[in-house]
Amino acid sequence: MYEGVVQNLIDELGLLPGVGPKSAQRIAFHLLAADPADVKRLAHALLEVKDKVRFCRVCGNVASEEDCRICRDARRDLHVICVVEEPKDVVAIEKTREFRGRYHVLGGAISPIDGVGPDDLRIRELMTRLADGQVTELIIATDPNLEGEATATYLARLVKPMGVRVTRLASGLPVGGDLEYADEVTLGRAFEGRRLLDV
Amino acid sequence: MHVAHLSLTDFRSYPSVELELQPGVTAFVGPNGQGKTNLVEAIGYVATQSSHRVAADAPLVRHGAGRAIVRASVVKDDRRALVELEINPGRANRARLNRAPLSRARDALGLLRTVLFAPEDLALVKGDPSERRRFLDDLLVARAPRFAGVRADYDRVLKQRGALLRTAMATRQGGRRGSRTGHTVVRRAEDEAGFASMGAGDVLSTLDVWDAHLARHGAELLGARLDLVEALRPLVEQAYAALAPGSAAVVMSYRGTHLSTGEDDLGTSDRAVLTERLRARLLEVRDAEVERGVTLVGPHRDDLLLGLGDLPARGYASHGESWSFALALRLAAYELLRADGSDPVLILDDVFAELDAQRRRRLAETVRDAEQVLVTAAVPEDVPAELSGFRYQVAEGSVSRGD
Repeated sequence: MYEGVVQNLIDELGLLPGVGPKSAQRIAFHLLAADPADVKRLAHALLEVKDKVRFCRVCGNVASEEDCRICRDARRDLHVICVVEEPKDVVAIEKTREFRGRYHVLGGAISPIDGVGPDDLRIRELMTRLADGQVTELIIATDPNLEGEATATYLARLVKPMGVRVTRLASGLPVGGDLEYADEVTLGRAFEGRRLLDV
Repeated sequence: MHVAHLSLTDFRSYPSVELELQPGVTAFVGPNGQGKTNLVEAIGYVATQSSHRVAADAPLVRHGAGRAIVRASVVKDDRRALVELEINPGRANRARLNRAPLSRARDALGLLRTVLFAPEDLALVKGDPSERRRFLDDLLVARAPRFAGVRADYDRVLKQRGALLRTAMATRQGGRRGSRTGHTVVRRAEDEAGFASMGAGDVLSTLDVWDAHLARHGAELLGARLDLVEALRPLVEQAYAALAPGSAAVVMSYRGTHLSTGEDDLGTSDRAVLTERLRARLLEVRDAEVERGVTLVGPHRDDLLLGLGDLPARGYASHGESWSFALALRLAAYELLRADGSDPVLILDDVFAELDAQRRRRLAETVRDAEQVLVTAAVPEDVPAELSGFRYQVAEGSVSRGD
């Protein structure tokens, strides 16, 4: 145990995701040795992110204004919405440059063990967005795990009666990989989701 | 296949032990409590990544040590593979294959296949349905390691759905009490379940979703079990007849909760049919499920019914008959694995002491041709003469060659 303030810092850092006690200690001593100006800049950035960043009132993505950059972009396709669990998923999909529609960030997935039900996710907001009939396709891109699949099923059931096409991201083999190295579950999924070859 | 080398670090009573093994019969002899079973338990762990004696991993680690390491060199068709498992109670185990780390310990399943006979096997016949479900599921995983994933997925759905049902139960009870005493009670009942934010309508609409997933994953497990029972049936009959000639015929049938009371077997293991069936049954029992807060239908509540002639084995079979039945189940598993490909390693942990002379001899005759047989016994006389081979003396945590 270290003197009060230092230990405080280590404890606080240790609460961050992916930071164990050893790493927390390393970061703390790095900060102690660092230039005061650098540390001030970091502290400022931390406070600023809580102060200034808000969530887009349309899609729920992180934004610096009322609406996020993507929702404000008039060139984006208004007819397609891609549903994801977290803002970081938006970043991942944006990197592909494949998708030109807009997003909807749920803020998690349905998981009764963690006490997360549909009302805790931004599903009501999604329904409001779909109400005017402009959206023709909903692409569900929740994580390919049990909770993500359950959320996908739930949304599909809710949205299908509205006449919107509901699709799910394909899951299967990684591109550039070798078939023999795929695990059985992934390979099994790939078989399930096989498609007709166009020639 | 056979195990050529076993090395343990901080496993059970052993700080460290190295053991060379040969194909054929090897017997570990020594007084009780000296660590014979620990050796074969370790080999069983390499195959199934679970112990046949305890449900949790913590007792496998030597007292005072943080983790245990099991290394086994497995020879199959003249090829050697080194499997290393690091057992970390409370955390994920780690595995290496030929010194290369595997991303999940589960990927090391199936490299070694064993069939283990132990005094605990009597519970297959006399014990709870969970013993028989575990027997079937372990065999599924041994035949196709993919089923470890299927089983884990199903358990996860069950947990999620269970949490939801308990919320529904709390909401319902809270609502009932609340109508008399006001809103505070409703709040408290929901808080107790830990899901204050979930309303009753919310719960029921998500229950449909979990029903669908439970049915799909459940049907996969159920279908595989039904196919497995069909494959086992003739082998069990054959093995039982060999162990106890002239006795009543053995009967084996899978009793699934996907069937209503009195309803006959659907006669199919088609996954789509079973999925539909499970969903329909879940709807039928939903009221009772919400009342009790548990999932009442699905492979986690099924049983494998065992009978001798017209009578159920449980409660009616004699001690000797129960033993013969348990042995027949294990022998059938062995035959099935053998038919799939290479010979599994046979482990007979302290079983001969439990059997009468006739069963001893017949069991020894049946297993002596296996590629590798590992036997543990307290006294040398418990190892049948048919099973001559290498002997190890086990005393106070040390293992030495000798007769």
